[in-house]
Order: sequence, then structure tokens, then C-alpha cells
Amino acid sequence: MNHLLLVAPVLIPLTSLLLALMARRHLALVRAISLSGATLLLLVGIQLVWLAANGTVLSGQVGGWQAPFGISLVIDRLSAVMIAISALVGLVTLLYGVARDNDRFVGRDFHLFIQGLLTGICGAFITADIFNLYVWFEVLLIASFALMALGGGKRRLAGSVTYVALNLFATLIFLLAAGMVYGASGTLNMGELAVMMRSGEAPPGVTPALLLMLLSFAIKAALFPVFGWLPATYHVALTAVSAMFAGLLTKVGVYALIRLVTLLWPEQGLPHTLLLWVACATMLVGVLGAAAQTEVRRILSFHIVSQVGYMVLGLALATPLALAGAVFYLIHHIVVKANLFFIGGVAARICGSERLADMGGLYHRMPWLALLFAIPALSLAGIPPLSGFWAKFLLVKASLDAAVWWAAGIALFTGVFTLLSMNKIWNEAFLKAHPKGDEALQTQLPMRAAWGGMAALAVLTVFIGLAAGPLIDYAIAAAEQLRNPYAYLQPFSTSGGQ
Amino acid sequence: MEWLAAITTGILAGLGLWMLLDRNLKRVVLGIAVLGNAINLGVFTAGRFAGERPAFVDAGQAAAANPLPQALVLTAIVIGFSLFIFALALLKRTRELHGDKTTDSVSAITEQPAPDWHASEHEIDGTGVETRR
Repeated sequence: MNHLLLVAPVLIPLTSLLLALMARRHLALVRAISLSGATLLLLVGIQLVWLAANGTVLSGQVGGWQAPFGISLVIDRLSAVMIAISALVGLVTLLYGVARDNDRFVGRDFHLFIQGLLTGICGAFITADIFNLYVWFEVLLIASFALMALGGGKRRLAGSVTYVALNLFATLIFLLAAGMVYGASGTLNMGELAVMMRSGEAPPGVTPALLLMLLSFAIKAALFPVFGWLPATYHVALTAVSAMFAGLLTKVGVYALIRLVTLLWPEQGLPHTLLLWVACATMLVGVLGAAAQTEVRRILSFHIVSQVGYMVLGLALATPLALAGAVFYLIHHIVVKANLFFIGGVAARICGSERLADMGGLYHRMPWLALLFAIPALSLAGIPPLSGFWAKFLLVKASLDAAVWWAAGIALFTGVFTLLSMNKIWNEAFLKAHPKGDEALQTQLPMRAAWGGMAALAVLTVFIGLAAGPLIDYAIAAAEQLRNPYAYLQPFSTSGGQ
Repeated sequence: MEWLAAITTGILAGLGLWMLLDRNLKRVVLGIAVLGNAINLGVFTAGRFAGERPAFVDAGQAAAANPLPQALVLTAIVIGFSLFIFALALLKRTRELHGDKTTDSVSAITEQPAPDWHASEHEIDGTGVETRR
């Protein structure tokens, strides 16, 4: 049973993809398969979180090949919660897509590629092998390319060209780094590599190769100074697609960074110092970039960049509390950011534009939408009862504990500016009157399923905020597991460490 | 043999990077392909060329080549090929739509303000609405 659970996060979306492909002539059937696949994935995710919370770490070898030769799979607390949250965001994305698509072919392809994307994302979360991680990155990448270009049109294709070229480049760097790691160390298993690095007996070429790998993850995670591709492309995709990308794709890069850095450098070292500076620069540049934007999704895209900085700050400080803060931030951010993109998309559709100057009147005509926007927006800025407050609180406290007061200052400063950006969207899109008069708003939209999904994410944001205790406990336990990755090291503790 | 492969990798990677930095989109995509091949060769070389016989079961213990780098590169070639084809298809469609051939014009189009909801009857606009009937 546990072996099935271990591969289920990959098997379910892959099976849904294949079944949906076979049923491609019947859109209703494709939707049904895709939605039930995502629901099943969510249930499996919840089961995995339940197991992980009780201290079970699932691990296994693909095909029964022994540890350094075969591919290892490990699901610990961090992986489990990432799978659950990805499934949730995937499900809401599919609901939004079902509510939104008027074109049969776009609608069908959307479901196929989202399932492909989920396969790649979940695969990246469960693998404990560097080359396997590369393969999962490619799986999610090809799906994301297709999703980016989905729907066509001049602007979207132009954005896709940029997206494809820069992401291909990042993946090539990853491949080169993986090859060099193998050349220098003779292994691709993360656990064996960790044993080698921790014993201080790693061959000389390994560290540069690993730093090169961190660079490729930094591009994926959109860290300063290699974040430029993200705000240049995310605003051109379909709303549902850009919401899913905003929630999950950069976070796969952050996950890979957290996984490798905690495994390979358990003590403070050069990578941590680098990451600390990069994290602070990322927070600042992202939030200041957002201040200059005048379209909903462009503002939100820059905020992805600045928020990723917070997570990396937690990773760079590397104390148990800071790591717990990073894990908590990761979970909170995926929910909140995806929801903001969905709500921004609905608001733009009602107003007839996503340029702030041509929006307005939403507060009077659609008070529920205003409330729905206010929850994730305030949470993103870190206003007390909501989830973002606890995430920022943990990280600021961890920076002060580590006596890195300037990082804490930058984190707080970034929070204030985030509030400023959210305020800008609120004033322009919700409070002020619509330039063409409030009658111009298209309030009758057949989007019931999407409303349900967005409301669910907002409720989750409030719930995480009000009952933060259990999730903080979970994050602290996850951080403890990251610091003592027994399941990764155990196969090599007798032979490899000598 | 490793030194020859290493130098070839270096030259190919340099060529690939040079083409990547070109303004012409066609060269950028070709540059990615060349760089990809350079990196494939690099990964293969990093695994060393020790052993001269294919690593089949009857090759014996002594002189069999390490099959792992070969497997890695085979995977990378297959993936790289499909991604390259996708990039080419995207390039073709981009040119058909707006005849743009340079990286600058592509970024300029991406940076245009978001179109109106019902602005065009034949194009799906940037916010996700389809007005095509």
C-alpha cells in the first residue's frame, strides 16, 4: 500500500493524461477524467500529509534496484505538503478552466497539459535522484511551454518565445551541472552525495558543479539577478495558466533549492551567504519593480519575485525556525498567489480590461469579489489574522534571532511596499468609478465553478491564519526533517560514509 | 580521447552561446540546439571514456565502458530534440503571425499594454477571454 502511495502522485496525473488523451473527442469526458484525477491526487496528497505528520517517511527504490544504482524516491513532510497543495491549486485551476473555456480545442488541450504539468511537478517533489529531477523538470517544462502558448495570439506567442528560450537555457545549465556532478563524484543519488559532502571528503570538482546547479534552480525560482524572464512573460498566458504558473512553477525551483542546500550543506557556508544577499536583493527588486507597473497581472508577477526572496531568506539563515518559516511561507504563498491571479482575472473580465486605468467600480457592483480580493491581498502583505502574517513573523523572528537585523528590516520594508501595491489595485480596480460608468461592468458571468474554487482558497487562507498552530508545528517538524534527512542518508550510513 | 571531446565541447558551447546572443530569433533557437549538443557531449565526457567494449552482460568485468553516462546522454538527446522541435514550431507560428524576426521586436510586443476584452474578434486577448466565435 505504501509503495503504491509513493508513486501515486506521479501515476495519477499521468494516468489522467493518458485517459483524457484517449477520450479527446469528447470534451465532457476529458473534463470529467481530468477533474476526478485532480480530486484523487488531492485525496492522496492529504493522505500523504497525514502519514508524514505522524512521522512516516515513505521511501523506496524504483524497480527494486539498490540505492546508488537505482532511482530513489522519498516523500517526507515537505514533499507531502507540496504534493497536497499542488493538487489543490491544480484542481482550482481546472475548475477555473472549465468555467472559462469557450473554445473546445483550447479547453481540451488545457486539461491535457495541466495534467502533464502536475505529473512533472509531483515527480520533482518525490525524487531523490539528481538526474531524475532533471527529467521531471523537463516534463513540467514541456507542459508549461504548451500551456504558455495555449490560445495563441500575437502577444502570447511573443511571450512564449522569451519564456521558451530562457527556460531551455536554465535547463541546459542544470543538465551540464548534473553531468559534472556525476563526473566529479560518481553518483547522482542525493543521499550518497549528501553523505559525501557532509563527511568533507567530496572530490574537488563537486562543489563548483553543485553551485552551477544552484544557479539553474535560481533561474527557475526567479531569484535576483536572473528573474527577468518571469515578469516579462507571465502576464501573456491565459488567466488560469498564469495563476497555476504563479502558484507552482517558481516554487518547484524553490523546493529544489531547499532540498539540495539542506541536504548538502547542513552547516552555514558559502552557499548560505550567497543566498542571503540574493534573497534580500530579490525581495527589494521585486517589490520596487511592482510599484512601477500599471496592470494587474504585471504587478502580481513582480510580487512573485519578491515573495520568493522571503522563502530563500529562510533557507539562507538555515536555523530550524528559519527553515520552518520558509516551509510555511511556501505553503501560504502558493495558495495566496494563485488565488490573486484568479481573482485578478475575474476582475479584468468584469471590467473589460486588466489595465488599472480602465478598471473600476467593482466595490459597488461586486462587493463579494472585493472581499474575495481583500483576503489574499492582505495576506500577501502580512496583515495579522491572515496566513501571511505568520509566515512573515516566523522569518523576521528567525532573522532577528540570527542577528541579521538588516535582513529583517528589508523583509518588513518589503511587506509595507507589498501593501502599497495591493492598495493600488484596490483603489484603481475596486474603489474608483469605472471610466465608462458602472453600467459597463459585465456582472453576469457564468463562472460558478471558478467562484467555488476561489472561495475555497480564500477560506483556506483565513483558516491557516486563524488556526496557524498545527501548520506551524508541521513546518517546524518538516524543518527538523530537512536538517536530519535520515531517509536520504540511511541507505549509505553503513557503507557510503566510511 | 577525453581532451579532444572536452575541447570540442568548449568550442561548441562557445558557438552556441554566441548564437544565443544574436538578435535574429532563428539563430537564437539554433544556438540553443548547438549549446544543447555541446552540453550533451560535455555530460558524456564528464563520465570518462574508460573501457572500450559496450557494457553488455557478456562483456566481462574488465574493459566494459560505463553505461550510465550513455544512458544519461541518450535521455538528454531525446528530451532536447523534442524541446527543439517545439521551439521551432513556436518560431514558425510567431513569424507567420507577425513576421517578427528579432528578439527586440518580440519583447516589444510582449511589453505592449494588455488588450481590451472585446478589442479583436479574431484574436484571443491577453487576459484569457476568447472572442473568436
